[in-house]
Amino acid sequence: MNKMVLEGITVVDFGNAWAGPLFARTLGDMGARVIKVESLKHMDVTRLLPPWVPGQEKTLNNSGYYNYMNRNKLAVQLDVSTPRGLELGKKILAIADILVENYAFGVMGRLGLGYEAVREVNPRIIYVSMTSLGSAGPMKNYVMYGRPQVYLSGLAHTTGYPDQAPHPLNISWGDPVASYHGLFATFSALRYRQKTGKGQFIELSQWEGLIGLQPETMMDYILNKRVRVRQANRDEFMAPHNAYRCGGGDLKWVTIAVASDEEWASLCSAMGNPAWTKEDKFADGYSRWKNQEEMDRHIEAWTQNYTQYEVSEMLQKVGVAAFPCLSNRGLVEDPHLNARGFFEEWDHPEIGKRRYDGMTWKMSKTPGRIQKRAPLVGEHNNYVFGELLGLPQEEIDRLVEEKILF
Amino acid sequence: MPDSALSGLKVLEFGNLVSAPYCTKLMADLGAEVIKAEMPGVGDEARRREPFAEDRPGVERSGLFAYLNTNKLSITLNPRTAMGNKLFKELVKQVDVLVENNPPSVMEELGLTYEILEKINPLLVMTSITPFGQTGPHRDYKAYEITVYQGGGYGYVSTACYREPVMPPVKAGGRQAQFGAGQVGSVATMFALHARDQIGAGQHVDVSNQEVMAGHYESAIEHWTFADNELGGVINLIVQPMVPLECKDGWVFIMCVEDFQFNNFVKVMGNPEWVNNEIFKDRYSRAEHAEALVPLLTEWTKQYTKEEVFQMAQAGHVPLAPAYNAEEIVNSHQLQARNYLVEIDHPEIGRVRYPGAPYLLSETPWRIARRAPLLGEHNEEIYCNRLGYTRQDLVKLVQAGVI
Repeated sequence: MNKMVLEGITVVDFGNAWAGPLFARTLGDMGARVIKVESLKHMDVTRLLPPWVPGQEKTLNNSGYYNYMNRNKLAVQLDVSTPRGLELGKKILAIADILVENYAFGVMGRLGLGYEAVREVNPRIIYVSMTSLGSAGPMKNYVMYGRPQVYLSGLAHTTGYPDQAPHPLNISWGDPVASYHGLFATFSALRYRQKTGKGQFIELSQWEGLIGLQPETMMDYILNKRVRVRQANRDEFMAPHNAYRCGGGDLKWVTIAVASDEEWASLCSAMGNPAWTKEDKFADGYSRWKNQEEMDRHIEAWTQNYTQYEVSEMLQKVGVAAFPCLSNRGLVEDPHLNARGFFEEWDHPEIGKRRYDGMTWKMSKTPGRIQKRAPLVGEHNNYVFGELLGLPQEEIDRLVEEKILF
Repeated sequence: MPDSALSGLKVLEFGNLVSAPYCTKLMADLGAEVIKAEMPGVGDEARRREPFAEDRPGVERSGLFAYLNTNKLSITLNPRTAMGNKLFKELVKQVDVLVENNPPSVMEELGLTYEILEKINPLLVMTSITPFGQTGPHRDYKAYEITVYQGGGYGYVSTACYREPVMPPVKAGGRQAQFGAGQVGSVATMFALHARDQIGAGQHVDVSNQEVMAGHYESAIEHWTFADNELGGVINLIVQPMVPLECKDGWVFIMCVEDFQFNNFVKVMGNPEWVNNEIFKDRYSRAEHAEALVPLLTEWTKQYTKEEVFQMAQAGHVPLAPAYNAEEIVNSHQLQARNYLVEIDHPEIGRVRYPGAPYLLSETPWRIARRAPLLGEHNEEIYCNRLGYTRQDLVKLVQAGVI
């Protein structure tokens, strides 16, 4: 049995870049009909972002980023900043269950697609607005991207090396965090709608979502007035706890983390119980934590003799948490992820066959699946405006000519 | 009182630390009833993790635990005892959802696998959140936060820098990977509940923390599968400035991906002479000459505090933000205007403000109806009122180490 559980749910994706598109992609993976609304005036920025297959001419359809984020969707080109475009946008929204958008605060309202306007055409809609900093407050209009947001959230202050700049993670962590918070709230709202028939408005401040993921830091200040700062890979109490250089090439590391005397004894035996491990300064958890810099140099002298997977296998065998620091390549080649079927390959008329990450979790009875590659620009204009909304072909052609479908 | 989105939903949590507890916190804060089963005497591991109120450790004093377990009921239960195992199954009969984050081998030893529980309650949705998932060669690998954060690719990308030296990869502050897994678990659980209405059966949801990170790695996977480009190490950013800049009292991060944003920043800086140098003419050229650019920008930012730079830059529409610390967040006017922090009273921790709602729902608001429970606080309510045991039974069960 592989029923697509969200069949019958229609999602309109006014998303851009990551947070909104990931939200919609996830619903598409479970079988929802997702309609991505763009126009050449305002297209998803990821169509212009790397990677591309070397040697392929860059088009609006062949970016790896765009294709990763937009599988299982239909795409229409609709310029909602024109009166006729807005009217058509509302027609799509009238048959939708969920709208998601992650524009800068105020954009949807200015387009005439704020919650009040949309509710008028569809009171059952669940409208999800993923702002950066919220729709109220003195900073609501601030310009924000993922990395500055990691800075603002306090997370950068506790990430990185103490003597270097706060680290922005080099990834826009606030985006997937907002997507999943949004998805959970949406499905709670959907449950409520089943009981009452009522839709609702869900607002996320991506910034607040990230703050809520740092209770250790926040509560330490709130309870103890202690301001935590970055400590590289150090843990509050575990030691050893670090990334250690391995052999087998440049930029290869393995993490090792030890939480108890038992795990420590196992680590020592795997290393062959060298003399230094018997010293008093490493005799208990507290001493190891205090003297971890020196201890880490000893451990690294050992890990450097082996590859990442060799260290990890030797230590896991004796019950010590160790695993390679995997790169993007390392993930694609990781035997475990491959055994679980994490990656999937699909074809694309401009790109050819490529592998992508597949479903994010496994469900035993309704696993969902990748049914469609990401859509080309405006690929489903005819389907959405013709079949779904019932416009005659001549009118669709005229809309293209008038650059309403643009 | 407005309605709750999840009222009527019954959840049993058999978890520790962050992933399962955050998953069920999201549910409890929208109105689900969450019963948390904890080991007698010791409880959830988070009870023994810092920060503690006034730096005084105690099972009821952890700020981490208090945050993660709002709106839940706590019972003590040792499913390793025969009677505890029976009680666990009695509870499973009464709930819609079980969320757990134990090693797969532990659930097998306890005889609490989905295959067994499904027979007791065919409508049960069981969500298991583990480091590497329920299948595959690394299924039984031991892991902590750093293991899955870096094993999921996030550490490696942290080494990416535009100049030497390449530092060893770091994990993010706190337990971001486990929070990510908890979030994904919460969403997958909702999907399984939605499916239950259609197929008339529950199911098992398998969340691998490694996959949660690898699946949310921006476009890093495709950098390899499209272009054979292994990320990390010294990289050439295509556009600049996208860098931290030092100020008088800390750091800001500037992200000018478009030329007009940089031009805005030039105005904010008062149009310094050096900007006219040909090598800074556009974003690509600035990227080639980042070594020259960053010191010049820093010369300006160093005259001001990070807050001053932040406010000046944002007034000029420049995407830039300061590295706030916890104190600055607590005192932020933006958060105050939105009432983000919520005050909660707790018998041991006192009345303090916690991080609040991750979302605002217009009809069914997020709310804290109950502080985090004391260990076993709801034993009587659950065992006596729900399962029909007497208070004397409880006394015996406690002495036998079952609860």
